[in-house]
This record gives sequence, C-alpha cells and structure tokens, in this order.
Amino acid sequence: MNNNVIVIGGGPCGLEASAQLHKMGYNVILIEKDDHLGGHLAKWDRLFPEGIPAKELLDQLTGNINGVKYFLKTEVKSINLLDKEYNVILSNGITILAQAVLMASGFDLFPAQKKEEYGYGIYDHVITNADLENYFKTGKDCRIKQNPQRIGFVHCVGSRDEKAGNRYCSKVCCATAVKQACEVKEAFPDAQVYCFYMDLRMFGRGYEDLYLKAQRDCGVRFIRGRVSEVAEDLNKQLVVKAEDTLSGKPIKVTLDLLVLMSGMTNCSAGTRIAEMLSLKRDEDGFFTCKDTIFSLQESDKSGVFYAGACTGPKTLPDTLHEARAAALAINNYIKNKE
Amino acid sequence: MATFGYSLTPSSRIDLCKFNQEKWNRLVELESDVLKCMACGSCTASCTAGKFTRTSLRSAILYIQNGQEKQALELVQSCLLCGKCFMVCPRAINTRNLLLSINKIYSVK
Ligand code: SF4
Ligand code: SF4
Ligand code: SF4
Repeated sequence: MNNNVIVIGGGPCGLEASAQLHKMGYNVILIEKDDHLGGHLAKWDRLFPEGIPAKELLDQLTGNINGVKYFLKTEVKSINLLDKEYNVILSNGITILAQAVLMASGFDLFPAQKKEEYGYGIYDHVITNADLENYFKTGKDCRIKQNPQRIGFVHCVGSRDEKAGNRYCSKVCCATAVKQACEVKEAFPDAQVYCFYMDLRMFGRGYEDLYLKAQRDCGVRFIRGRVSEVAEDLNKQLVVKAEDTLSGKPIKVTLDLLVLMSGMTNCSAGTRIAEMLSLKRDEDGFFTCKDTIFSLQESDKSGVFYAGACTGPKTLPDTLHEARAAALAINNYIKNKE
Repeated sequence: MATFGYSLTPSSRIDLCKFNQEKWNRLVELESDVLKCMACGSCTASCTAGKFTRTSLRSAILYIQNGQEKQALELVQSCLLCGKCFMVCPRAINTRNLLLSINKIYSVK
C-alpha cells in the first residue's frame, strides 16, 4: 500500500497539515491553483490582535514543508474512489493514487460589488478589507487620497445578510475592522475613523484589548447601525447613511474613504472538487462535517477530510489547529486501514 | 395630602411587566417575521417617511417589546408603505405586512 496523501489548497491550512503529515511519514502531495503558496495570508499585511506581520507566519509555514511535493497552478481534473484509494488526475497530467484526501480549500472573499448599494467598483473611494491590506503592503492604491479626513468601515458586508444569501457571521471581520481602523489612524493621524457595526464580535484573547486601543488610543467612533446606503456627491465624497440605533436617529456622514468588510464564502474551486466527490454541503455553502463537535475533520465520505475555512469562517489559529487535528485524523484512519 | 415641595413625575424607567404578551402573540400570528429583527436600523436609515416625520420600524418593535405601545404606534403611523425598508432589511423581514399588522393590533384600545 502506498502512503500518499493529497492536500488540496496551499494556504496556511494546507501548509500546516502537509508539514505535520510529512513528519508522520506520509508522502504528501500539495495542490495549489494559484501561482504562489500562502493563499489569502500571502496578500495580507498584518494579523490581529497584535499586528504580527503576515509574512512572518507565512515564512514559518513554508519553511516547514521541506520534503513535501507541491504543484502550483494546478487543479484537480478528476477524483474518484477506486476500491479504497482515491484516484486523482491533475491538470498537469499527473495521476496519483492516494489513501486520503484533505480538503484545505479555504474561502473566497465575498465579492463586495454584489452589495451594489455600497458602491464598490462604482464610486471612486470605496475599497475592501483586502484592498486595504494590499495598500498597507505596497503603499499603492489610487482610491486612497493623500490625507483622508474621514474614513468609515462597514462591518458585515455579505455576512449576516439574507439578501446577499449569507445569513451567517464571518467571524473574523469585526476584529479585522478594528485592527484596520487602528492602522489607518496610525497611517493618517489627522483622520476621524468610524466603524459601523451591528454587534462587535471581539471574542478572542487580546481582541477586547484591541477594541479598547481603538477607542482610547485611536479615537475610533463606533456607530451601532448597519449602513443602509452610500452615495457619491459632486466632490466624489461618499455620503453614508445609517441609523444610530443607540440614539434612535437616522444619521449621515460624509467620508473620504469607505472600507467594506467583505466576509467569507466557501471557496468556489474547492466546491467544484467537492461536487466531483458528491460531498455534502450545508445551506450556507460550506462543507458539512461528520458532526459539529466531535468529528469536525471528517466528511461524510470515508477517506476525505476537512480542515480550515472550508467548513465555515475561521480565524488563523483555528485553522492551524484544524490542520493539525486533520493530520491526526488522517493518520488514525490510515493506521486503521492497514 | 401633605406636600413636600416637590412633585412626582411618571417614571421614565421602562417597565418590562407592561409588555402585553397576548397582543404580541397576535402580532406574531399576523407576521411572524417580527421575531427576526436584529435591530440593525437599516429600515430607519433609509425610510422615506423618516425624512419628514420620525418613523422607525426598528424602534417600534423595541417599544412594543418594552410595553410602550403608544410610542410604538406613533413611529409607524407616518409610514407611506413604500417598501424601501424591505429592500434593505438584512433579515428579509416582510416589513410592509409587519407595519400594517402593528397598526392593526396596537391601534385598538
Ligand atoms: S465578525 Fe463582525 S463584521 Fe464579520 S460578519 Fe460577524 S458581526 Fe459582521
Ligand atoms: S414602508 Fe414605511 S417604514 Fe418602510 S421605508 Fe417606506 S415609509 Fe418607511
Ligand atoms: S432592517 Fe430589518 S432587521 Fe434591521 S432593524 Fe429594520 S426590521 Fe429589524
């Protein structure tokens, strides 16, 4: 029996799971559709809560996969179960027979242009959380003016929204918004920063301190109301409308920059592979775990495992834990088979 | 009655015991979507009538739950039934039917 394990997705989850499986002695084949490893992490600048550079984590993760075979710009063309092994044909022509398949396909960011009322791609100064990270990384984004005076963050874009088809909370965007609110204040000390939220989900260790920092050190104004619409005035400034539900009054504010907190949706490339295997998905589009407390890493098909955001929004530490848990689950599964 | 040089004004404190469960049940029967509101304020923010008179579906629901029916009714009586709040509601609440139902149940004494 060969000891091949296929890991689908070269983001933090796939990298960590590959490293662990490799250490256990498996022959790991990691498949990544993009031309680089790291997934969204490779595009991020700093990580909440402490602001650790994303690159530090990425370097650590990629440094640990020595010995793992990986293919970039490669997709799964077909995958099917032959007796007790999975036969996987890749877009580069290679065929692999594997004992187990790990879906570490992660998430796609919600396409903010779908929420037309927020004007992403229509107005000049509306960007997303990912765009802002890219700006912090590269210093370039023509939508961000020299010295913006008023900057707003819209929470829950494409999350907690039946109209967008996503009723669930994306979990990480509150902390991301508060982190980015502090960072823009540091980048533009003269600016007044506003966060429009419905509930602030600052659940993790150190997150509440980040909230306090935003209030005390950065003077961020937290407005409890969902942004209902955004318009552009003649000066290309953005007029944002919401209700300040705490005072019970509709409010408006004119901004120089608006940042949309795009949420997470299940990765479309991962979903395509799941369809070849007829894996179950929940109403929210994410994969269905065998059960939701005890066997998060197992799917409804024996030999197919899950880790990370393909089973719902996760933080990076959550994702890395699941990657390790999945390696263990796969090891137990293969040992049982032998 | 002895006077002590000051008078009592009605308390501004909300008394949750004034909440009328029976009327609420009837409202839920007419429009169960009332149970889905997460108080985001989108309806109020984009309300057409709100530009002229204080109109707020979100506050009306809250006032009803706080037993302040009169105030609740005042907030929906200026509604034009334009349906804009339905377009923005993230919980996809059938706002027009909810507004009509609130009027129906809470305007009867
Ligand atoms: S984490 Fe916060 S911003 Fe993100 S969907 Fe949940 S409540 Fe909204
Ligand atoms: S239907 Fe009534 S409450 Fe809703 S937006 Fe129109 S006027 Fe306002
Ligand atoms: S928009 Fe919908 S969920 Fe939000 S406050 Fe109004 S009725 Fe409630």
